[in-house]
Amino acid sequence: MRTLRRLLANWLPAYAFLYIAFLYLPVLLLPIFSINTAASPRFPLSGYTLKWYADLPKTPALIDATENSLIVGVAAAILATILGICAARAVTRYRFPGQRAVSGLIMAPLVLPEVIVAIALLIVLLQLGLSLSLFTVVLGHVLICVPYSVSVLISGFEGFDRSLEEASADLGETALGTFRRVTLPMVMPAIISSLLVSFTISLDEFIMAFFLTGTEATLPIYIWGQLRFAAKLPGVLALGTLLLFGSFILLTFAEILRRRAERRTRMTGAALA
Amino acid sequence: MTAAAEGSRPFVAPRARSSRLLQSEAFQGFALISPPFLYALVLLAVPILIVIAHSFWTQNYLTIDRTFTLEQYRIALTEPIYRDLLFRSLYISLVVSITTVVLAYPIAYYISFHGGQHKSLWLFLITIPFWTSYLLRVMSWKVILGYGGVLNSGLMELGIINEPLTSLLYNSNAVIITLTHAWAAFAILPIYVSLEKVDRSLIEAATDLGDGPFRRFLRVTLPLTLPGVISAILIVMIPTVGDFVTPKLVGGKDGVMIANAIQAQFGKAANWPLGAALSVTTLIIVSAMAGITVLIIRTAARFAR
Amino acid sequence: MIEIADVTRSYGAFKALDNASLTIREGEFFSLLGPSGCGKTTLLRMIAGFDQPTTGTISIDGQPMDGIPANRRPTNMVFQSYAIFPHLNVEKNVAYGLKRLRLDPKEERRRVDEALAQVSLTGLGRRGGHELSGGQRQRVALARALVMRPKVLLLDEPLSALDKKLREQMQVELRSLQQAVGITFVLVTHDQYEALGMSDRIAVMFGGKIAQIAKPKEIYQRPVNRQVADFLGGMNFVKAEIVEENGASITVETSGFGRVTTDKPQAFVRNGKGATLGIRPERLRVLWEGESSKFEVGGKVVDRHYFGEITHLIVDVPGLEKPLSVSETNDFGADDIPVGAPIRLGYDPDALVAMAD
Repeated sequence: MRTLRRLLANWLPAYAFLYIAFLYLPVLLLPIFSINTAASPRFPLSGYTLKWYADLPKTPALIDATENSLIVGVAAAILATILGICAARAVTRYRFPGQRAVSGLIMAPLVLPEVIVAIALLIVLLQLGLSLSLFTVVLGHVLICVPYSVSVLISGFEGFDRSLEEASADLGETALGTFRRVTLPMVMPAIISSLLVSFTISLDEFIMAFFLTGTEATLPIYIWGQLRFAAKLPGVLALGTLLLFGSFILLTFAEILRRRAERRTRMTGAALA
Repeated sequence: MTAAAEGSRPFVAPRARSSRLLQSEAFQGFALISPPFLYALVLLAVPILIVIAHSFWTQNYLTIDRTFTLEQYRIALTEPIYRDLLFRSLYISLVVSITTVVLAYPIAYYISFHGGQHKSLWLFLITIPFWTSYLLRVMSWKVILGYGGVLNSGLMELGIINEPLTSLLYNSNAVIITLTHAWAAFAILPIYVSLEKVDRSLIEAATDLGDGPFRRFLRVTLPLTLPGVISAILIVMIPTVGDFVTPKLVGGKDGVMIANAIQAQFGKAANWPLGAALSVTTLIIVSAMAGITVLIIRTAARFAR
Repeated sequence: MIEIADVTRSYGAFKALDNASLTIREGEFFSLLGPSGCGKTTLLRMIAGFDQPTTGTISIDGQPMDGIPANRRPTNMVFQSYAIFPHLNVEKNVAYGLKRLRLDPKEERRRVDEALAQVSLTGLGRRGGHELSGGQRQRVALARALVMRPKVLLLDEPLSALDKKLREQMQVELRSLQQAVGITFVLVTHDQYEALGMSDRIAVMFGGKIAQIAKPKEIYQRPVNRQVADFLGGMNFVKAEIVEENGASITVETSGFGRVTTDKPQAFVRNGKGATLGIRPERLRVLWEGESSKFEVGGKVVDRHYFGEITHLIVDVPGLEKPLSVSETNDFGADDIPVGAPIRLGYDPDALVAMAD
């Protein structure tokens, strides 16, 4: 009975361990099967090879898709962050009528099914006579990245003492000067987070890209195309593994940057919360 | 030297000053939020209104007949195939959101209360799996759940089963399992945030007044984190119903969802008005379901007190 | 040189400031004293320019400040939280406001060093803004404001975040700093000892209104009403009836103290026939065996509290509805007086204060 009680009392760490295993299971399969010689992913592995990785740079379609994804990702991140700064500052520093309705609309993409948002945007763009391209994909991505950007930036703006801006004004600075010399440095950690969250979302985003792109494919669309062919699976797994490690390095680097900026400005709180 | 700062206008009569000030702050706030607001208005609100408009029209091959009709809704709501898809999608949505949130809560709790100094490290760890391509994660589940897949071959090796299970892949179960995994981080974060906001001294007070750990959780922690739980449910429930990728890859015939039908209307089937009507119907019904779920949770919470 | 004329600040029906008027003289150390919510910080922020009066005008040196934003006023403020920029070091913090003046780098350097010396922080120039202690941050905030050579320095509860010892030390330093620099200081505080110890004049505020403006001694010894008297230290209140009132003095009838004639406080405004007589606990003297006084009351000790330097005695006096509180130093054995013993208290009629009801 006592062991049972002790088991119940300590179930939480065991659960945490199992849950993390559950989260990582599918992800770990990617590198494992990407070095498998056989094309079909089964246990036991038939052999080890790096040929799938070697083939990747030789695929022009993949290179193009990567380029496109990077262009779209950077553009979407910058645009979403700029819009996010406007919204976050407006909401945290000012009071105006209809505030809740306006923020509701801006944050709506979080709780709407992406497919509906995508086709709605598609219809409008086609009716406006715009041809589909990476530009239209960026438009769609910014729409869904802004809510995340706004969340991150709101905690950034709320996290620092308002009297710092008043002090700047008291010492003679104009509003623009205060923003440049005090506000911007203080929210820099949140800005970095916002850029990264938006970039990461855009990089992996499939549904909007699927509906809104013209002839140029982004990485997820390229992957989708490859998934039809069973023989191409390991190559795709190799690509996925590279993406995983690439994101890991990028995001670790960014987290270090963010923490350093945070230490200088004495703000607390996790980057993603 | 002119000042760019607020309020630098010529002297006005004292009485008018307060309205001028208010107008100044409200006006500036509004001006500041107008770029993102207008962006969402033009690219989200207006398009959705246009979709709603389309749902009342009909498509004749390549042209759209704009006479008002409820035909599309009749089809959407009475055709058995769409009804089945809709109910199945709602069912999957409901199950996925409840399962995801129920499974996510303990881990969020663990990180918040037992994470100590490494909280942000834990969160980092949680989010790493989600930096892989979503498509590939779904593919991985296909590999895991398949007839010759990881789970089956593993279980057979261990001798637990003699034949591979066929009920794991190409049906609703596969979709549910895959989506529970896919939405994990989106559920964990809002719950974590609301757990962090819980004043620890409230829990200490409950202990001091005689509550054991389970009662403490039920009477103090859970009610206080209800907003986070509700956010998590909404974030998972409504977008799930619009996923067509997962059903296509692991759903087989049994796991097709309404989003697949919607996507088809805008692709090969080329019947935009029907697609619009399906979308609107789905959106309204899933929002209603979400609303009812939230209501049930809130009432249950009040009784638990 | 700061003229506050009939200033009201309302939020809908609520008035944070109700028709406040006062004049602050050049070179003065002026304090706004009152409990939280009395409007003192609101008034300070309006002088600084972070808030606008709903009605009324604030003028500095004869110039009305309407429409002039905070960054263009001849004032500088030390914020309650100090508002030190964490991403800049001490030197850059202090030099912040000088940047717009585009001074010669040597001149800027000189002024920064001068300001740091004034607040005894020489040598800490390179320290990061986020690495300072509370006391250091306060000094940096002072230096940063003073380096701008404002006409008025505004201080919003600058000492409330410091511990007692440091607070007392800073009170002395602030006072000498003000006298050395010679500019007008306006301080907001809820601590009466702070105000009494540092100010040339004090304005006591309650509920958005100014109750009394006077020198510290006048406010302490001749409070204009019970509210002001109660806020600045303890006081015994005795019900009284006005018998006679003329230019400089007033005669009242009480039970317990009999008929008393005393100076009328400058701000005394008669309100019917009733008044209150007040005497501070420390002005009631224990009369020992053999001692007597021209003015005395007798009673019985009902309670006694020892506080190290002093002892508080609670004395029941026939005729008075509430017992008197007496504060006596312990050098003659006040801490040994047994509870229940009879006692005689002497007082100086000068110590009696007549207050309007």
